[in-house]
Amino acid sequence: MRYLCLVYPTEEFGPTAEQARAFLGFRASAQQAGVYLDAGRLQPADTATTLRDHAGEYVLTDGPFAEIKEQLGGYVVLDCADLDEAVAWVAKLPGVRDGAVEIRPLMELRA
Amino acid sequence: MSELSRPVSGVEGPARDDELSLIFMCCHPALDINARVPLTLRSVCGLTTSAIATVFLVPEATMAQRLVRAKRKIRDARIPFRIPPKDALPARLHDVLRVVYLVYTEGHRVSQGPELVRADLCEQAIRLARVLHELLPDEPEATGLLALLLLTDARRPGRVDDQGHIVLLADQDRSRWNRAQIEAGSALVEAALAQRKPGTYQLQAAIAALHSTAPSSHETDWREIAAVYGELIRHEPSPVVEANRAVAVAMAEGPAAGLVILDTLRANPQMDRWPQLHMARADLLERLDRRRDAAEAYRLALQLEPPEVEREFIARRLRGITR
Repeated sequence: MRYLCLVYPTEEFGPTAEQARAFLGFRASAQQAGVYLDAGRLQPADTATTLRDHAGEYVLTDGPFAEIKEQLGGYVVLDCADLDEAVAWVAKLPGVRDGAVEIRPLMELRA
Repeated sequence: MSELSRPVSGVEGPARDDELSLIFMCCHPALDINARVPLTLRSVCGLTTSAIATVFLVPEATMAQRLVRAKRKIRDARIPFRIPPKDALPARLHDVLRVVYLVYTEGHRVSQGPELVRADLCEQAIRLARVLHELLPDEPEATGLLALLLLTDARRPGRVDDQGHIVLLADQDRSRWNRAQIEAGSALVEAALAQRKPGTYQLQAAIAALHSTAPSSHETDWREIAAVYGELIRHEPSPVVEANRAVAVAMAEGPAAGLVILDTLRANPQMDRWPQLHMARADLLERLDRRRDAAEAYRLALQLEPPEVEREFIARRLRGITR
């Protein structure tokens, strides 16, 4: 099952050279275990643009969809057997100390 | 082999592993804490949704919805049906033991709800604790929980009199306690503590054993009980445990020594709103012959809206003082 892991760091998070190296290490082992699908870091929230649909009319606004203290900082997509396996990998993710990660299963689309 | 140490219902091998896997699934920390106890009662113990709703004092439809939501999460987030691997086991076992403990306290609580259902919860909790103890013999906290439940349950016949009134531990008819169960519980707690990995259930069981094996309240080793409470606070730092320690200290060293601890706890606003704290203070004040202060403390407890049975108990004591 695919899990989208949304990373919410508590404060401005690097990446320092050391953090980047730590992430590459995580990716290598997750790839080797066959659970890694994708990952990405987001630019800061002030670069965000939000599109809203009002009865077919698009309205663009500057900024993230929801102004909350903890902003989404990045994501990882993992393919794991179950939630426990996903949790075990997320716990090894560098850069989440004192932050939080929301683990959401993805719906499997059937044609 | 005695009745109490007999393996549960003769189920062995894979069936037992399945049951354990089911328990770990229903008590998974990714599930809402308010859903874990009901789900365990429904899926592991086979209670009906309507009986569970009665225990939790919610409409049946509300409970049904809570169960459906939990089952949907298990399916959609794929919460595994499995005994956790060794490295994750202690933490996960802690979550499971807590659920089993809550199943028991729901049954043990003197509150509304049909007596039959509540007695069934106590039995189910003991059965689950026994399964965990037998399958995980190297986890002394599982043994400790089983011991605690057996020892507490052994005293159940003495807790309430024929009119349904609460009877204080000191006034209970100890001949009504279940001796065989007390012996089984005491032996278990000793075996658990011998593994030298103490934890909150083992220590609570040790306290229960000291109470249960004493011939009377004044022949109880209160000094030892106060010491074990002191140890328990290190594992479970909570003002409620400290309040219990205060009561034991009062018995060992005199009411004034206990009162000092209880009065200190009043600085915590949450504790000051806890009726039991004021009931305990009132009892010590009464023993110090400070009747006016005792009556004041009982009135304070009444204002905090304690459960019905306790309200009745306080009113009785209050009448005794002010007469």
